[in-house]
Amino acid sequence: MQRAIANTLKGVSFYGAVAFFVVLTAFPFYWMLITSLKSNPDLYNVTNIPFWFNEAPTLEHYRYLFEQTMFVRWLVNSLIIGLCVVAITLVAALPAGYSLARMTGRSGEALGIGIFLTYLVPPTLLFLPLSRIVADLGLQNSMWSLVLVYPTFTIPFCTWLLMGFFKAMPVEIEEAAIVDGCSLFGAFIRMVIPLSMPAILTAVIFTFTLTLQEFVYALTFISSTAQKPITLGVATDLVRGDIFFWGEIMAGALIASIPVAIAYNLFLDRFISGITGGAVK
Amino acid sequence: MAVIAEPVAAKRPSRLHFILDRRDVLGALFVSPAILYVLLLVGVPFLLAVYYSISAYTIYDPSWRFVGLANFRQIIQNPVFIETLENTFLFTFASQLLGLVLGKFGALLLLRPFPGRKIVRALIILPWAVPIALAAVAWEWMFDSLYSVINWSLIALGIIDRSEAPNWLGNPHLAMLCVIVVNAWRFFPFAIVIFLAGITSIPQDVIDAATVDGAGFWRRNYQIILPMILPIVTIGLIFGVVFTFTDLSVVYLLTMGGPVNATSVLGFQGFQVGIVSGDVSHGAAISLFMLPILFLVVIGMLRFIRRREI
Repeated sequence: MQRAIANTLKGVSFYGAVAFFVVLTAFPFYWMLITSLKSNPDLYNVTNIPFWFNEAPTLEHYRYLFEQTMFVRWLVNSLIIGLCVVAITLVAALPAGYSLARMTGRSGEALGIGIFLTYLVPPTLLFLPLSRIVADLGLQNSMWSLVLVYPTFTIPFCTWLLMGFFKAMPVEIEEAAIVDGCSLFGAFIRMVIPLSMPAILTAVIFTFTLTLQEFVYALTFISSTAQKPITLGVATDLVRGDIFFWGEIMAGALIASIPVAIAYNLFLDRFISGITGGAVK
Repeated sequence: MAVIAEPVAAKRPSRLHFILDRRDVLGALFVSPAILYVLLLVGVPFLLAVYYSISAYTIYDPSWRFVGLANFRQIIQNPVFIETLENTFLFTFASQLLGLVLGKFGALLLLRPFPGRKIVRALIILPWAVPIALAAVAWEWMFDSLYSVINWSLIALGIIDRSEAPNWLGNPHLAMLCVIVVNAWRFFPFAIVIFLAGITSIPQDVIDAATVDGAGFWRRNYQIILPMILPIVTIGLIFGVVFTFTDLSVVYLLTMGGPVNATSVLGFQGFQVGIVSGDVSHGAAISLFMLPILFLVVIGMLRFIRRREI
């Protein structure tokens, strides 16, 4: 009997702790959802219970967001920026990761760590000179400045990620291809790349999410509404004077958050082994 | 048609053959685009930032006049900068500590299988996955001076009275607390994931052996598991410290460094001076202050794990 009580208590405290963590992490997102679906009179009435609808839910904020603001434009901007950065990153990081894993021996190892360390160089250190470089190139206030600058952290990140993957790949596959008459380059193109599709997909997903998460460079380089990526647009452009459009802001934040959240959950384990894999024996 | 059908092996060895087959040449060729990109857009700007900080460069007067360490001397004498420096340390230390504690507990919970663990993990990852700028505006709304859901709950629970409801982002101490909590909130899922990755990589027989030898829960945790996961936790912590110490977005979106510089941090101050006011040289000098401190922290941590390994 006593044991049963002790077990129940243990279970209750365990699930209580789990519930605490879930509420802590998920509540702001629940708050986005409920705010975005509430009508304004309901939203701005302090006597209402805020956790649920006191008036009928409405899609008014979403309609306003899509029809009266540049939200769709920001979505498209982010998509274009993301795709271009993914392309640049793959072209640079795929051969670099392979080379550092297979072709450059011991110096490759040091070079790999060097490249990875540049991932740690913070944007708040580089934004001043980069904004001048961007201006000199005539890209000021244009989303193409972000396409130019974002690879500075996605290339190091993906090179490191792919290097770890290539190291784990059996070398016999390329050797067989070379024996069969492929050049080293041919073996890379015809054997290595098709076989590393899972790693390439991981690199693509994380490059894309890193571009969506970035805020500092976007804030520094871009001030005109039409050029903003979605994160910057939602966070800074839905305020008119002193009035915050909370319903619209939360709707936009929610829409922009969902794809990143899904991507992270699907690829989380690969991300972790990617950033820690090469660094820890 | 015939051209396509021709077998690959019949192709004459091309003139590029010697490049395509030499391992070292191709290796250098393969790695050069990435190195070039990083050198041109990280290395060069970094040197530029150093030069800005010792010149009299502003966007109104883009002269390259060398002024030595005058900029650094001037910013050190500014009390706002000293406050900013203190804030940055407090912000980094407090949010990392809070994040680590929450992360350790969260990892202990998620280690044990229970129904719905996958969903719980997915929800707990959210703060780290979602762009911080978007989460920060959600928090800003939750800290709203008038419609704060936190205040509403505290009032409804009878903990505080409506007349004394705190203005979270308007009070200097509370504002600091808010940016720390939001930053810890953003990082602790990352800490959980790092702890989990470390703990699951420990072979089960090591833990079993310790149990057989009579080690209890705490002893297993702090004398077996913690030392073994220390390297991976340190790597995680380096990420956390570097990205928190240099952060701008949380402070920018929640408090704008206010009230009266109470939450101003180095990254934010560098942005305000260098970009908003256009005083590039002083902005660069402020940003560069991050560098030696970060460098020491990272080196210190790396040496610490190396010593533990031997």
